[in-house]
Amino acid sequence: MKKLTALLLVFALTLACAGCASSGKDSNSGDTDTKSEGVMTYEEYVAAALDTEVVIETYVQAKQSWWDNKATVYSQDKDGAYFLYNMACSEEDYEKLTPGTKIKVTGYKAEWSGEVEIVDATFEIEEGSYIAQAEDVTSLLASDDLINHQNKFVSFKGMTVEAAGQDASGNDVAYLYSWDGSGQDGDDLYFNVSLDGNTYTFTVESYLCDNTTDVYAAVKALNIGDKIDMEGFLYWYEGVNPHITSVTPSK
Amino acid sequence: MKFLLSLLAVTLLTLTGCHGKEGLSPFEVPKEFDLSKNYEITFWAKNDTNKTQTAIYEKAISDFEALYPNITVKLRLYTDYGKIYNDVITNIATNTTPNVCITYPDHIATYLTGTNMVVPLEELFYNENYGFGGSSLRFDSPAAKEIIPQFLEECTFGGHYYAIPYMRSTEACYINKTYVEALGYTLPDELTWDFVWQVSEAAMAQDKDGNYLINGQKVLIPFIYKSTDNMMIQMLRQYQAGYSSEEGEVLLFNDTTKELLLTIADHAKTGAFSTFKISSYPANFLNAGQCIFAIDSTAGATWMGTHAPLCDISPDKLVEFETEVMPIPQFDPQNPRMISQGPSVCVFNKADSQEVLASWLFAQYLLTNDVQIAYSETEGYVPVTSKAQTSFEYQDYLSRCGEDNSQYYDVKIKAAKLLLDHTDHTFVTPVFNGSASLRDASGQMIENTVKSVRRGETIDDGYIQTLYSDMASLYRLDQIGASGNTPASQKADLGKLPPMSVFLLSSLGIAWALILLYVLIRKMKKRKVY
Repeated sequence: MKKLTALLLVFALTLACAGCASSGKDSNSGDTDTKSEGVMTYEEYVAAALDTEVVIETYVQAKQSWWDNKATVYSQDKDGAYFLYNMACSEEDYEKLTPGTKIKVTGYKAEWSGEVEIVDATFEIEEGSYIAQAEDVTSLLASDDLINHQNKFVSFKGMTVEAAGQDASGNDVAYLYSWDGSGQDGDDLYFNVSLDGNTYTFTVESYLCDNTTDVYAAVKALNIGDKIDMEGFLYWYEGVNPHITSVTPSK
Repeated sequence: MKFLLSLLAVTLLTLTGCHGKEGLSPFEVPKEFDLSKNYEITFWAKNDTNKTQTAIYEKAISDFEALYPNITVKLRLYTDYGKIYNDVITNIATNTTPNVCITYPDHIATYLTGTNMVVPLEELFYNENYGFGGSSLRFDSPAAKEIIPQFLEECTFGGHYYAIPYMRSTEACYINKTYVEALGYTLPDELTWDFVWQVSEAAMAQDKDGNYLINGQKVLIPFIYKSTDNMMIQMLRQYQAGYSSEEGEVLLFNDTTKELLLTIADHAKTGAFSTFKISSYPANFLNAGQCIFAIDSTAGATWMGTHAPLCDISPDKLVEFETEVMPIPQFDPQNPRMISQGPSVCVFNKADSQEVLASWLFAQYLLTNDVQIAYSETEGYVPVTSKAQTSFEYQDYLSRCGEDNSQYYDVKIKAAKLLLDHTDHTFVTPVFNGSASLRDASGQMIENTVKSVRRGETIDDGYIQTLYSDMASLYRLDQIGASGNTPASQKADLGKLPPMSVFLLSSLGIAWALILLYVLIRKMKKRKVY
């Protein structure tokens, strides 16, 4: 019995950590190509005007937070990604939203600081599973096409760590707690990485990957000049601001 | 028999004892602070995502610890009052509250539902050794009379002081004056709602390609409000319309509120008005030339304007314009009203009164000139003591407005002066258990209305009535109406039992009485037999 319990706990933990560690090939079960009746394709979703009602089918990739019966979720289907902000969700249902879970979402399309998202949404769990493989968008970083991949699970290869700011003594540091260094351990981590002369600010979003995760520790161990590969969700805030879920030395 | 009666008595006492009387014993001020023992206290603080503020907290702690080597202060930083509130509520259940906490009086009202959870401070205020200006203090504390009375009064409810003010701010309207004048208007001496709506609508003219004429861009939201709860509360106060009574009666759902929502809906429909929650930070739009009237806290002043020291948008998006800082729009410019807000500090009770005294010493240290002046200069805050406000250092700071775009950034200092000049025009809303929910509901009504307009819904009397009903239900304001007539501080003693509890306890008593009766009858029968 104890073994079984331990096995279940390990399984649950593995699923819970998937948002901060998933990689590799797409995995799916069920029909991930066909949308149910009355459900928009990703193309139709993109074409929908802001503030209109949208109905989509998508697959949970990671969960950011739950509070007061509202969940914020990164989701994706085989065509594109959807950021579900403060979706109505009981705590019990939130536990069911493991990576890969298929959900039908009804809400409103909105935009906040450049991030296109679905708000005031409700959802129902459906049969099926899909976990997206990280799509390499390194070559798109400086291009206008990057935004077309917004919210997807993506990867960046061979980027160089730059100074994120200075510490109290004026020394350059590789990461900051909060955007300007005003935070402390447990807060979002901000770090800068460059490619081809352009520098970008990436974030470890602490609700998505807190200070117990590997990625949080990996960013805290970065040194200026390190070459790294990263995975994460292509979030937007006044420009591209990926929420990073893994950092490894460049191969 | 005696055993049974005792059992019955104990059972009833135990049951009634559960009702609101558990928790910590009331705090009593120790005669002397024990310098021989070490104390570790936790301080949950809020900063505005501003590293200078973090550095000031850290320096204050370091300086305080140097004065009191037996006290260690552990800092935990937040950037959101709501998150502090949620965490405190969670920690009340496990008796792991912080010792000292930055907070809002509305939130303290909820904390007080735990018995003796928050320390009433008046006894400490006037303690001759450890109170304000106390003889045994190791720092230069302000005297009680040197705390701006209005700010101190904001921390009193239910007949007690449950906090001390730390910083004060109000809201300001940050204006792209360049665009206002380009539209053919001149800013009045006192900003009115009519003026703001009129200019906002005038700015909506577009060319055939959909570019707004005023900024040549595809994006323009002339009027953005950061905190819609403040918007509704201040509009109602300016109209002298109902919001809540001092006792906690909900008066928000009235005809004036309806008229205000209908007006807001009209301007949301044209796209002339939006909110932070719906669109994003007013500062981002203002600095990109996509907003003309941005209303935000004076504590957000360092983000406002082309040359703002803090900025979230890329330099290529910045637009050059002249920034004017004015009080929020008024309905009656001769009688301006604006909210007083900003962090206060409360002290949580603990089993060890010496630990509480250590907490109080640190809380009081936050009112010293060094901390007050340094922190107020990080944003458009004002110090809460006349001792700091009238100091040479602070007056010198104010006089150097515009010397640079960092320490003496003109928008920031103008925002602080705005509050200094209008302190007598500020107000706060009544505090009671549930007042935080009422505040949330007042803002949510604006958010819902604007969203509904954008989604093509019709906003009419029927919509408003449904909205009122939804808000009352969502925020349980109907329950506040029933039980919220008592100020928060008196909630710790829950008073008379509710009818259902009386019924249940009576039933238990009757059941026990019947058991006793049964036992007695059995005994009597046995006696008859013998």
